Amino acid sequence: MARFTLNGKSTQVDVEPATPLLWVLREQVGLTGTKYGCGVAQCGACTVHIDGKPVRSCVTPVSEVEGKKITTIEGLAKNGALNRVQKAWLEHDVPQCGYCQSGMIMAATALLSAKPNPTDADIDAAITNICRCGTFQQVREAIHAAAKAKA
Amino acid sequence: MKMNRRSFIISSAAVTGGLALGFNLPFGPRVVRAADGSPEINAWVVIRPDETVVIRIARSEMGQGSLTGLAQLCAEELECDWARVTTEFPTPGANAARKRVWGDYSTGGSRGIRTSHEYVRKGGAAARMMLVKAAADQWNVSPSDCSVSKGVITGPGGRKTTYGKVAEAAAQLPAPTDVPLKDPKDWKVIGKPLKRLDTADKVNGKLVYGLDIKLPGMLNAAIKDSPVFGGKVASFDGAKAQSMAGVKKVVQVGDSGVAVIADTWWHAKTALDQVDVKWDFGENGKVSSESIAEQLKAGLDAQEAFVHNTAGDANAAIASSAKKVSAEYSYPFLNHAPMEPNNATVLYTDERCEVWCPTQNGEAALAAVSEASGLPISKCDVHKTILGGGFGRRGFTDYVRQAVLIAKQTPGTPVKMVWSREEDMTHGRYHPIMQARLTGGLDEKGNLKGLKIRLSGQSILASARPEALDKGKDPFTFQGYWPQGEHSLEYTIENLHIDHAMRNTHILPGFWRGVNINQNAIFLECFIDELAHEAGRDPLEFRRSIMSRNPKSLAVLNAVAEKGGWGKPVAKGHHLGLAHFRAFGSYVAACAEISVRDNGSKVKVHKITAATDCGYAVNPAQIERQIAGSFVYGLSAAFMQECTVKDGAIQQTNFHDFNSMRIAQMPKVVSIVMPSGGFWGGVGEPTICVAAPAVLNAYFRATGKRIRTIPLKNHGIEMV
Ligand code: FES
Ligand code: FES
Repeated sequence: MARFTLNGKSTQVDVEPATPLLWVLREQVGLTGTKYGCGVAQCGACTVHIDGKPVRSCVTPVSEVEGKKITTIEGLAKNGALNRVQKAWLEHDVPQCGYCQSGMIMAATALLSAKPNPTDADIDAAITNICRCGTFQQVREAIHAAAKAKA
Repeated sequence: MKMNRRSFIISSAAVTGGLALGFNLPFGPRVVRAADGSPEINAWVVIRPDETVVIRIARSEMGQGSLTGLAQLCAEELECDWARVTTEFPTPGANAARKRVWGDYSTGGSRGIRTSHEYVRKGGAAARMMLVKAAADQWNVSPSDCSVSKGVITGPGGRKTTYGKVAEAAAQLPAPTDVPLKDPKDWKVIGKPLKRLDTADKVNGKLVYGLDIKLPGMLNAAIKDSPVFGGKVASFDGAKAQSMAGVKKVVQVGDSGVAVIADTWWHAKTALDQVDVKWDFGENGKVSSESIAEQLKAGLDAQEAFVHNTAGDANAAIASSAKKVSAEYSYPFLNHAPMEPNNATVLYTDERCEVWCPTQNGEAALAAVSEASGLPISKCDVHKTILGGGFGRRGFTDYVRQAVLIAKQTPGTPVKMVWSREEDMTHGRYHPIMQARLTGGLDEKGNLKGLKIRLSGQSILASARPEALDKGKDPFTFQGYWPQGEHSLEYTIENLHIDHAMRNTHILPGFWRGVNINQNAIFLECFIDELAHEAGRDPLEFRRSIMSRNPKSLAVLNAVAEKGGWGKPVAKGHHLGLAHFRAFGSYVAACAEISVRDNGSKVKVHKITAATDCGYAVNPAQIERQIAGSFVYGLSAAFMQECTVKDGAIQQTNFHDFNSMRIAQMPKVVSIVMPSGGFWGGVGEPTICVAAPAVLNAYFRATGKRIRTIPLKNHGIEMV
C-alpha cells in the first residue's frame, strides 16, 4: 500500500512498491494526462512535481513518494482557472501534437517557481524535454510571457 | 467482461466525440443526424440548435494542424461564426457505409489540405446555400435577396434568423448542384493566422490519445515482435510470465510475435521481459550495417539503373569539361520516433471488431482490422484519436493488425496494446538508406556544363506499395530531381543524367517526414556548393545562374539570402550557408547562420531564415510552426540520429542512443511565408529538407571541411 497526496487529495493505492509512479498515476489512479514517452528518464513526457520539484515519474518507484505531495498536469488549475503557464501556452498556441506538452508545462511551471524571471540560459538548463514536433520556439516565448504575467 | 452494443456506443462516443448516424423514419425527407440528434446539412456540416457548427474532418490530426486548416476552408464558404466552430472525425466505417462521402482519409505526403481543399470548401458552400434557402423559403423571398455573415442570415427589410434556427429545414432541402466558390481575394478566414482548434485539452491533460483510451473491463497487452524483420517465433516459454502479478494470458501474435495480456500495462510489460522466446531469423539474421553499405556501394558502379531525368549528354559534357568534380554522400536509416508509441485498443466479438487508435490512414486501418479479424468491413470500425505525432510512421497498420490478433484471443473483452519505446525504436518503418555519387563538369569560366547523380539504395514503394512502381522504377526516390511536376529539379542544366540503382534491404522502409527529399536535398545542395567553390564563385550567384527559368525558386532563394544577411557582414565567428529545394508542390529555401568551436567539433546553429512559397497559405501561423518544427526533426537527424543494423536487427532502442534536439540547441527560426497564389503546395514536409544542407554548407565555410555522411556525431561533431 502506498500513500501520498495527489493534487491536494490524500490517496492510497495497492500496488507493488517498485511500480513506477507514472504507471500508478495512469493505471491505478486513472489520471492519463501524464504521458509515457521513453520510460528511461530521457524525454520528460512523464514529468510531475514531487514536493514542488520536477521529477520524471517513469523512473520513480511509487515506494519513494510515500507521504509526499504530488502534482500532475490535472492538478495545476485552481478552482477551474488554468495556471499562468497553461494560459501562456494557450495564448501562444504552443502545442502541436500536444503529447509532450503535459511534461513541458510541468517543467516550465517548476522553473517559474524556482526562478520567477528566467533567462534564456535558465530555460535551456531547466527544459530538457524532448518534443518531436519541435515546438521549442513557442515554448520559449510562452515561458517568458508567463514570467511577465506573474501569478 | 462482455460489452453489449449499447454500452459500447456510449464509450465510443465518450472517447471520440461521437458520431452515430441515424435517419428520420418513416415519413418525410431523410435527414441524417449526428449522435446528439442535430441535423446534418450535408456530410461536412452539422448545425446544433445552440448555433454550434460541427465541421467533419476526414484527415488525421497529428500536430500538423490540418484539422484547423481544413475547418478554415469549410468555414470560409459556410460564412459561419468561427468562434462557434468545433470539429469531429467521421469514422472510416461510416465513410465506407456512405460511399466514401468524405473521400480520402490518408494523411501523408503533405496532402491533407492541398488534395481536399476543393471538396471541403464546396461542402461549406453547399451547406451555406441550403441554410440561406431555408431562411428565404420561410420568408417567401428569393435567396438572392438574403445575405449571411457569421451564421446570421439577413433578409429584405432587415429581418434576421440564424443557422441554428433554420438547420432542420435546411437539412430537408436537396443539395445544390452548382456550387460556386469564392474568389481567393475575398477570403476572410483562409489566410488568417488563426489559433488551432484543438489546443484547450492539450494544456490540461484531458485530451485522450490512443495511449489513454479506457474501456470498461479493458485489459492491457505488451508485445515483443521478432527483432529481425522477417523472423519468426520458433518457440516460447511463457510459464514464468504466466505466474506473475496481474497476468491473464501469454499469447503468440501471428507467426512473429509474443504478447502478454494483463490487468495493467506495467504488469504486462514486466512479465513480457520474462518470456523466453526462441527466434528463427533466417538469412536476414546475417545482415549488418557493413553488409548493407557494401551492397549500396556496389550500386554506385552498377551498369543498370532506373533513369529519371536526362538532358543532353552528361558523360560527354563532363569528359570534355575544364574541371571535373566528384563526391560521394550517404544518408542512414532513421526511426520516426513520434512521442506517443504505437498502440491500438480493440474490442473483438464474433460479430464485430472495433478499434481505437492513432492512425494517419483511417481507411487503411479499417482494412487491416477487417483482414486481421476475418470480419467484413461492414462489421468493423476504427475510431481515430488525435495522434501524439505521426511523421509518416502511422500510415502503416502493422500495430493495428497485431492488436486485433491479440484481442481475438480475448473475445468480448477489450484489450489495449501499447508498444514500449524499445519495441517502437526497433520496429519502425525506417527512412530509406541511400548513397549517392555526384559528378559535375565546369568550363573555364566556372559554368556548370554537366551533372550526373547516381543514387544507390532503398525504394520505399518497392516495399510499401509495389503496385505504385513504374515498370520497376520508384519515381519518389527522385523527389526534388523530377524533370517536371511537384518534385521538380529547379536548376536548368544542359547536360544531365540522374538515375537510381535500386538496392533494397530487409529493413522495412517508410515515409519519414519529407521522405526522399531529406537525402536528395543534402546530396544536391551540398554538391552545388562544392561546385561553386571549385568554380571560385559565390554559392548564391552560382545557384542564381542556373535557376533563371524558375522565378518562384529564385524568389524564395533571394528572400532568404536577403533576410538572412547573405553577402553582408555577419557577427564575428558566424558563417552562413544556403540551400533551396522544390518538393510537394512548394518552393523552399533556407539560410543558416552557425558558429563553431573546439576545432569544429561543436556547432551552434544560431539562426535559420526559411522561406516557403506554398501557393495559398491557409494559416500562416501554423505554417511557421511547421517550418520551425520540421527543422527540429530534420536537424536532430542530421546531427545525432542513425539506426544501425547488427545481426539483422536495429540496434538503437531508446532516446539515449537515438537522441533528439532539446530547447538549448534550438536555433532562432525566421520564417518567410510568401504564398504567390494560383497553386496548392504542401507545408508539413517540404521545408524540412533545406535545414541540413544549409547548415552543412555553413560548416564548410566555417571550417573548410565537407561533411558528406550523416549524422554529424559520427564525425565527432556535436550540436550545442
Ligand atoms: S517517459 Fe519518463 S522521461 Fe520519458
Ligand atoms: S507537441 Fe508533439 S511532441 Fe511536442
